Amino acid sequence: MNAIEVRHLTRRFGAFVAVNDLSFDVGQGEIFGFLGSNGAGKSTTIRMLCGLLRPTSGSATVGGTDVGRDPEAVKLRIGYMSQRFSLYEKLTVDQNIAFFAGIYGLPRERFAARRAAVLEMSGLKGRESALTGSLSGGWKQRLGLGCAILHEPPIVFLDEPTGGVDPLSRRRFWRLIEELAKSGTTVLVTTHYLDEAEHCHRIAIIHAGRLAALGTVAELKRIFAGRPILEVQAQEPVEAMRRLDEMPDVEKTSIFGSAVHAVMRSADAGPEAITARLASVGISSSCRVVEPSLEDAFLDIAERSVS
Amino acid sequence: MKALAVAVKEIRQISRDRRTLAILLFVPAFFLLLYGYALNFDIRNIPLAVQDNDRTSTSRGVISAFVQSGYFDLVQDVPRSVDVVDVLDRGDARAVLVIPGGFGSDAGRGQPTSVQMIINGDNANTATTVMGYAVGLVSAISARYQREARVLAPAAPLLTAETRVWYNPELRSTYFLVPGLIAYIAMLTAVVSTALSIVREKEVGTMEQVRMSPVGPFAYVIGKTVPFFCVSLVSSMGIIGLSMLLFDLPMRGSWLLLFVSVSVFLVGALAFGVLISTLAETQQVAFQVALLTSYLPTLMLSGFIFPISSMPVVLQAITYTVPARYFLIALRGIVLKGVGAEVFWPQLVALAVFAAVVLTLASLRLKREWGMGR
Repeated sequence: MNAIEVRHLTRRFGAFVAVNDLSFDVGQGEIFGFLGSNGAGKSTTIRMLCGLLRPTSGSATVGGTDVGRDPEAVKLRIGYMSQRFSLYEKLTVDQNIAFFAGIYGLPRERFAARRAAVLEMSGLKGRESALTGSLSGGWKQRLGLGCAILHEPPIVFLDEPTGGVDPLSRRRFWRLIEELAKSGTTVLVTTHYLDEAEHCHRIAIIHAGRLAALGTVAELKRIFAGRPILEVQAQEPVEAMRRLDEMPDVEKTSIFGSAVHAVMRSADAGPEAITARLASVGISSSCRVVEPSLEDAFLDIAERSVS
Repeated sequence: MKALAVAVKEIRQISRDRRTLAILLFVPAFFLLLYGYALNFDIRNIPLAVQDNDRTSTSRGVISAFVQSGYFDLVQDVPRSVDVVDVLDRGDARAVLVIPGGFGSDAGRGQPTSVQMIINGDNANTATTVMGYAVGLVSAISARYQREARVLAPAAPLLTAETRVWYNPELRSTYFLVPGLIAYIAMLTAVVSTALSIVREKEVGTMEQVRMSPVGPFAYVIGKTVPFFCVSLVSSMGIIGLSMLLFDLPMRGSWLLLFVSVSVFLVGALAFGVLISTLAETQQVAFQVALLTSYLPTLMLSGFIFPISSMPVVLQAITYTVPARYFLIALRGIVLKGVGAEVFWPQLVALAVFAAVVLTLASLRLKREWGMGR
């Protein structure tokens, strides 16, 4: 059985369709990434899956329970951590843990072991009586995750969990999530950090409330099959870009650092041909085929779903 | 129990948050001192000028009765040649007592006579009070002379009104004001602190986190409000204790009854705070709404400062929706009169009805807010 099953899920706010006919499944123990720009409908989808918002139409089951029909039962089976830091800053680490244990009705006999596990996991052992507000972003984030999974939910929702956290802490955080998934917990995570999405087993790209693409990172990159991406290094990148845009077999160009990426309509013209063409208009350049990044794929998918 | 977890968390937060705690516990005491001393309608040491045209032992007796009352300070002896109005015009005195010539001999013979009291009426409240004092003093002196005169002329008719003020014989305004102050402070702390504390969780985002958990809205709100109920109760009882200590407020009735009345009033106030929290999205809005809907009516329309009976009919009608109106009557009944619930049960019922109505409204709003929407 899938941990999460979403069928034609739709949510309207008046005339605005925030989530439009979404369907996908998330398997047990899977890290499922939800990728999309701000306002794409990621948070609205999570709020529906967590039983906070009623779907306008369509349905979703989380842990086998219909979210529209029995949201309270869903809440018992999920953990949730949001982009906004949601612990009480004026309570100590221990007091926050005790609060979450209380609101999830964690039995007394399980509490000691779970508390120890969360302290261990977040690396806050020995700092139990520190004020949560005095912790740095990375610690808070790990404590937030710890509190969200204190009651050992089989499914965890993370809504942009790594916002405002340094890269080192982010890496450590993702290691925790990977361990969680390995132990059988299903993780649905939204993000707009594309490098982070590479940690996900599968990714759903949401654009304007619709599912634009779904698959593994490799599958998503396959959108560039037969359309090689050429990286062009030139003295005058802007001029090079203008010339490239004029070529009929160049689909589109974009600036990547100091280089220009050109997406070709076919694999017919290789790097040598392009270098030669640019040389003929007085631009010296070096050119090579590069692997599409997830960012390339994301932008390409987003553009296509608009047209 | 989930509500308990919320309550424990709330108590820990309140005790950590010095500012909120200070607002809840010390600001009421500060208000009490401020209002208790400043909102004092008693008038003492009124500057009094005297024009004694009689200059007998009798006239001097009248003057000394005025001075010894403690209400008046003799500031000037106005000679016969000076117009007393000038004294008032210059502001040297707020009142002038004029004793006519022949006053002593008339009084000695038991013949009706009079003294003239000219009062500066630019402050109507003060003038009324001064007039009251003067009339009281003169009738006391008059009664004494009539008793003495009766020895000489036993047939002299005697008809005087004897005014006696009960419960507060000295007409000390603090006695009257302190119950209002308690209502006002309790309302303020209960409504404002509850509304702000819930809206703060909305702003910070912890509310969203809690909503994702299996805590229902009612367990959450009970957990949030019970600590504030306790703090408000302690603070209200503290104000009563402090008033007894500082302002000699009598406590003539039953403490249990007082406790019950304060509790019913507070439940309504807390529910009102919850209702406001469901309507406001920011602490700023919540604060303004709370202030406008609880602070002002409690101050103006409860009978705390302005007597309800002298308000326009429309305002009088509005006062029926102000819970402090009922609370004040109950409180004055318990504290000043020492009467039991058999006297002010209608007020207790009104408070309970207010609490029930606001609780219902708050629950409906809360259910809608926590519900999944349409």
